[in-house]
Amino acid sequence: MDNTALPRNTPTMLRIRDLHKTFTLHHQHGAVLPVLAGIDLEVNAGECVVLHGASGAGKSTLLRSIYANYRAQRGSIEVRHAGLWLDMATANARQLLEVRRITMGYVSQFLRVIPRISTLDIVAEPLLAAGVPAADAKSRAGQLLSRLNIPEKLWLLPPATFSGGEQQRVNIARGFIRRFPVLLLDEPTAALDAANRATVAELIEEARASGAAIVGIFHDEEVRQLVASRLYAMQALKVAA
Amino acid sequence: MDIASGLPPDTPVWRHAATPCLEPAAAEVLLRVSGVTKYFGQRAGCIDVDLELHAGDVLAIAGESGSGKTTLLNCISGRSQPDAGTVEFNTRHEGIQDIYRLSEPRRRLLARTDWGYVHQNPRDGLRINVSAGANVGERLMAIGGRHYGNIRTATHDWMNRVELDAGRIDDMPVTFSGGMQQRLQIARNLVTHPRLIFMDEPTASLDVSVQARLLDLLRGLTRDLSLAAIIVTHDLAVARLLAHHLMIMKDGRVVESGLTDQVLDDPQHPYTQLLVSSVLQA
Repeated sequence: MDNTALPRNTPTMLRIRDLHKTFTLHHQHGAVLPVLAGIDLEVNAGECVVLHGASGAGKSTLLRSIYANYRAQRGSIEVRHAGLWLDMATANARQLLEVRRITMGYVSQFLRVIPRISTLDIVAEPLLAAGVPAADAKSRAGQLLSRLNIPEKLWLLPPATFSGGEQQRVNIARGFIRRFPVLLLDEPTAALDAANRATVAELIEEARASGAAIVGIFHDEEVRQLVASRLYAMQALKVAA
Repeated sequence: MDIASGLPPDTPVWRHAATPCLEPAAAEVLLRVSGVTKYFGQRAGCIDVDLELHAGDVLAIAGESGSGKTTLLNCISGRSQPDAGTVEFNTRHEGIQDIYRLSEPRRRLLARTDWGYVHQNPRDGLRINVSAGANVGERLMAIGGRHYGNIRTATHDWMNRVELDAGRIDDMPVTFSGGMQQRLQIARNLVTHPRLIFMDEPTASLDVSVQARLLDLLRGLTRDLSLAAIIVTHDLAVARLLAHHLMIMKDGRVVESGLTDQVLDDPQHPYTQLLVSSVLQA
């Protein structure tokens, strides 16, 4: 699966070796749930690898482990950060925050924000955090929101009352407002209609074409066809009794 | 941040950040707490707590009532001398200093200039019988500000920054709502441009509707001013929204620490798992 012909001159951005992830649930009689075992995956710049497998196969767990939201038990998750390889599995908190600020973006299915903050501010925030002047950040946020068909009259409202699809598009705008060399996408198109799915597919394709290394989960067959450079198959592990 | 904890071998501590800091950290460290322990008679307040904070780091300390959060905050903020351990702060002019080895006047000066302390109840942090403007201006005067016009201008500016109507500069804080009083307390603390601010349940006494705006304000301020903050909270949602780092305390000890999202989404310690799974989903 890993050895499909890759285009030349596209450096490897992400290098996962022998990754294991197990959850121990102390309040469920110490149940141990192995979710990932022996995962090997390399992703190059300009590639979109789609994780493929049934529900429970560990796709989201892998994505979250790459982002170091979940901690790996074993193995390494190396990312090319500031010209060097950094292992997300052992990096310290400060390094992880730096990787997330500069190198690695993550778009989840859900919008999790402070209530009562305007949509425009929510979308602009990653740019503000990167030191972009407020006016530029907001104008860029507006462009993305327009592109994702969020009408301008909603921009100054907090997204709490928006529909599921609208909230998801706000989340996507927030996720794509910065160009990250490595981009992780956890079902960004789940609640979208066909037109908006196509727009998101375009955004992904643009990011890929500009050299981002992308790992994503897409349940929608059509989107998968549109964006995937290749699939990475995953299977659920047997739970030890 | 690298939070270590020298607990006895029978007390497992999960450290999410395993490797030592690679950067030349010494120059950037703002606050270093080592082995801080405080007893009240036989009862432990906090035991052997280590933490390190850099400029702009926001750390939340969570745990249930009686877990030692506030005791730890008091020890770290120079308000209560620990029985053991050290609290070191990187001062502007003299580099890293053990705050409890400084003379009392110097420690107070530090608290007035480089630190801020936001109380849970704004009335504990405000002087309730002087005007809003005087509450903010007082901190400037305490560090030698004498020019009335400048003090007034700075006060005006800070009332605007915390979204208070500067037209009410001469009103008494008792005429302010709880949320306004809390913002006034924050303005009073930030007017001297501290580098580190301590907050004890800053949003707990507020209406839910006011909490969100205050959270957004705090987040903007810490980001724009590169202000480091230590926030004691029992509200994990507050921790998630505000803090980069999260420490979970139980019975005076740190049982788990790491990036906030790691601790909340992949909790390792049984107590953290219980805490995270007990939160009501709104």
